[in-house]
Amino acid sequence: MMRVSSARIALCVISALVLVYLILPVLIIAPISFSSARFLTFPPPSLSLRWYQSYFSNPAWMQATRVTLTVAFLTVVIATPCGVAAAYAISQSKLRIMRIIHMALLLPLVVPIIITAIGIFFVYARVGLVATMPGLVLANVMLGLPYVVISVLAGLQSFDAAQEMVARSLGMNRLRSFFAVTLPQIKSSVVAGGIFAFISAMDETIVALFISGGQYQPLTKRMFTALRDEIDPTIAAISTLMTAASFMLVLLASARQRRNS
Amino acid sequence: MLALVSPALLVILALIVLPVGWLAWQSIYHDGFTLENYRRVFTEDIYWRSFALTFEISLAVTVIALLLGYPVAYLANSVPKGWSILILSLVVLPFWTSVLVRAYAWLALLQRTGVINQFLRYLDVISEPLALVHNTLGTVVATVHILLPFMVLPLYATMQKIPGDLMQAGASLGASPSLTFFRVFLPLSLPGVLAGCTMVFVLCLGFYITPELLGGGRTVMVSMLVSRNVELYNQFGAASAVAVVLLASVLVIFFIVSRFISLDRVLGQK
Repeated sequence: MMRVSSARIALCVISALVLVYLILPVLIIAPISFSSARFLTFPPPSLSLRWYQSYFSNPAWMQATRVTLTVAFLTVVIATPCGVAAAYAISQSKLRIMRIIHMALLLPLVVPIIITAIGIFFVYARVGLVATMPGLVLANVMLGLPYVVISVLAGLQSFDAAQEMVARSLGMNRLRSFFAVTLPQIKSSVVAGGIFAFISAMDETIVALFISGGQYQPLTKRMFTALRDEIDPTIAAISTLMTAASFMLVLLASARQRRNS
Repeated sequence: MLALVSPALLVILALIVLPVGWLAWQSIYHDGFTLENYRRVFTEDIYWRSFALTFEISLAVTVIALLLGYPVAYLANSVPKGWSILILSLVVLPFWTSVLVRAYAWLALLQRTGVINQFLRYLDVISEPLALVHNTLGTVVATVHILLPFMVLPLYATMQKIPGDLMQAGASLGASPSLTFFRVFLPLSLPGVLAGCTMVFVLCLGFYITPELLGGGRTVMVSMLVSRNVELYNQFGAASAVAVVLLASVLVIFFIVSRFISLDRVLGQK
């Protein structure tokens, strides 16, 4: 039998407290969103759906939601094939320069996002992409690429490249053998990478603060501005919906990745 | 093969390499070459204080995250598999909630009429609400919350690779559990400590949303200095110089750390 020492008990208590600190803020949002009170009172005096109603009936919030979903969808559609192609090339090629390219593709994770944001703002200001949909999508494609590349590279690592050679020796060209042999086997990591790119585009705030405007403002930018001015419980409702959506996507992505490994 | 990477590479070149290059150029060129922007960054009080504050906050956040994260990673490493999956899931759960959502949650918890103040008043512990937010305290509490997973994951990954035999060997040689921990386990977990601390420190240096929303305008971190120079004062040169100094600090830190551990280890967790 393992003797339970006092050090062990202390360890468990400290860890439990840290976990409460991590989880509590995530859980507190939902009850606030269902509260009927105009100002924050806890526990809520009574339950109501008024903040969800205020979200769904507000044209500005709805427009921002459409922008967010459109941007996230287009980001995935563009970033996924670009990322898959890049990851495939990095894993197959023995060229020296590929290592540098690989590092370059991970730059969005290294450069502090505020620097990326104002840098893009200056470039967009010159070419007229500020406050446009293509500008917003392109920026999110750049930010989402590393997630696709990392996920697909991990998938390709467990894939035996000899299989594709076999297909090619049997007369398939490179493109066909990729789609017929390789892609089906790394499908899960491709989907997972795409989902991460989607979530990243849905949550992106700082770049949007600088480069979006007019009717093309995503949800996060409007939320940020609203939070700076006053704490409107409508944001709790939006937050609850956003959290639920990203949890569902993450579960989906990790289920796929697990099936893959 | 180069053709396959070119779309991705083009996007990266156009949207991160070019913009950052532009910033660097703009910081030294304005109707002719000038180092005026850098002179201001290094001599003027506001800039200097903001950089000092940012480094102080980042250091504090890193130390607190290490102190909170180490026990959790240690526990997750020392319990049966099912429990460690549960602990790690709880750690990464907030990871997948938007940073904005969490800023809102902390405002709801910490403000004058927030959950914590109301609860403490209900218990009669305090008579006046405590100032928990719109100051440095609120910024640190929320920032640690956001960055803690970046500390726990590399720590756990490193701890998992430490062979359990070594602890048993220590114990069989008569060392107490605390002695084996400090002489065997802790030193072996140091690469994880370094990886976690680097990630947390570097991410904290560039934090924007949390200090902006929870700092109450008084905690001006470097990122806010950058954005204010652009948005309020149209000081593009000054903003660029600040950004370049911030980026240089981050790259220097990564470079120094890469001499000790592989950078994949640091970045792999993100």
